[in-house]
Amino acid sequence: MKTKSNIERVLELGQLVVTSECGPPRGADAEVIRKKGALLKGVVDAVNVTDNQTSVVRMSSFSSCLILKEMGFDPILQMVCRDRNRIAIQSDILGAAALGINNILCLTGDHQKFGDHPKAKNVFDMDSIQLIQTVKTMRDEGKFLGGEELKGRPMLFIGAAENPFADPFEIRAARLGKKVRAGVEFLQTQCIYNVARFEKWMEMVRDRGLHERVAILAGVTPFKSVGMARYMKNSVPGMDVPDELIDRLKGVPKEKQSEEGIKICVETIQRLKQVPGVRGIHIMAIEWEEKVREIAEMAGLLPRPQL
Amino acid sequence: MIVANRKTLEEILSMLKPYKKVLLLGCNECVTVCATGGEREVGVLASELRLSRAREDGEIEIREQTLERQCDHEYIDQVRPFVGEYEVILSMACGAGIQYVAEKYRDKVVLPAVNTTFLGVTLEQGVWSERCQGCGECILHLTGGVCPIARCAKSLLNGPCGGSFNGKCEVDKELDCGWQLIIDRLKELNQLEKYEEIIPIKDWTTSRDGGPRKRVREDLRL
Repeated sequence: MKTKSNIERVLELGQLVVTSECGPPRGADAEVIRKKGALLKGVVDAVNVTDNQTSVVRMSSFSSCLILKEMGFDPILQMVCRDRNRIAIQSDILGAAALGINNILCLTGDHQKFGDHPKAKNVFDMDSIQLIQTVKTMRDEGKFLGGEELKGRPMLFIGAAENPFADPFEIRAARLGKKVRAGVEFLQTQCIYNVARFEKWMEMVRDRGLHERVAILAGVTPFKSVGMARYMKNSVPGMDVPDELIDRLKGVPKEKQSEEGIKICVETIQRLKQVPGVRGIHIMAIEWEEKVREIAEMAGLLPRPQL
Repeated sequence: MIVANRKTLEEILSMLKPYKKVLLLGCNECVTVCATGGEREVGVLASELRLSRAREDGEIEIREQTLERQCDHEYIDQVRPFVGEYEVILSMACGAGIQYVAEKYRDKVVLPAVNTTFLGVTLEQGVWSERCQGCGECILHLTGGVCPIARCAKSLLNGPCGGSFNGKCEVDKELDCGWQLIIDRLKELNQLEKYEEIIPIKDWTTSRDGGPRKRVREDLRL
């Protein structure tokens, strides 16, 4: 064991990892996080806390992580390269580790164009692969990027994300290979609706033996309605929503659509659990955290191991 | 070349409000090629300004002059004999030219008539596109001759983000994904293995982040 991360522990036990996510509020009200957290109690091994996702300003990931930590969760600090240079990134890594955060998710970050401050200057002093290298260098070599030694290594379990559905498809596994060589230890995927295409990606990943070097957690997001499914298909960059799912949702009465969405999500998890190399499930119920327990229960992911 | 866009007439008029005697300076280099600040555009802007002022019953005297370059002092010196007759210089050169004119005529207010945008190429008549950000450390040999700093909206060095779709960037459906272009070109060159290498975190001291840059060639100095 390198760290105190629950993800690492569950992987050591040889069990499927379950994670979910918590989006911080657009304000300073800690109760919002506590309420979302309460819905996830006993359902997940660790919980992602997003970092100004879609470039909309929210309470910082770090502060929200601390609120969840106080509640007994093992938070995953999401960190994007959009808003911080290498000085701020390394400083935040040290601060997070000092206050008991055990996991970091290294992300590029959405472009600021999509958010509420499109006139902002972006940073991108490094990319997500270089961010993985940065955390690993600090943790395993005890050094800053500048080469100086640091005292008190940040013992973080290192994660990243991948979108198996983005283009160019043929280099997606190669890109994951770079992340693995950079030192990533767990990987959460973009929401999977097109399981066949995900399986094809996993085949490329297995051909390179990457599934043995990084724990892949397959991402799912339940549809609340056919409207949401259409929106995800047409307006969210990086989504691959097959028409058959949209037709399936369209085929049930409006008041039954969210139930159908949950059913689709559970069936997807069942299929993903069978894909060789999948080591966990990441349930992203966007502003629908109250459904994560039900989904995990129906998908046979509960109870979670006692750590 | 350096590509620029002319400012709107309203913005230029508003900057010129306090002045009646204007020396309007074009430049015969990049801004001529990108049809923004050459002799022809100087003529057009001068007519627009005269017409607008006339409509408001205001006076304006404009001298139109297009220099060979505004980034070399010997050309800037050519207006010295008569610059004193004007209250203000309105320059249509790139940001470098405008500043150099201001440095040479310290008692004159110098106004920009264009917004300088990028280092780019002519795609076709009337269409220009960015290619270089002058970061000071070229890696085009690693990326199939396509620059990720200039052509990826996030300047990513190790491949496309999750927002690359059908060859387009998530930022704009009309915009090519820089990394798709790199991968396509590496494939054409049979060099896709180059993508496997992790490009290390960039040293930005050669870029703007190291402060304004200066180059001295001792062998060329007089």
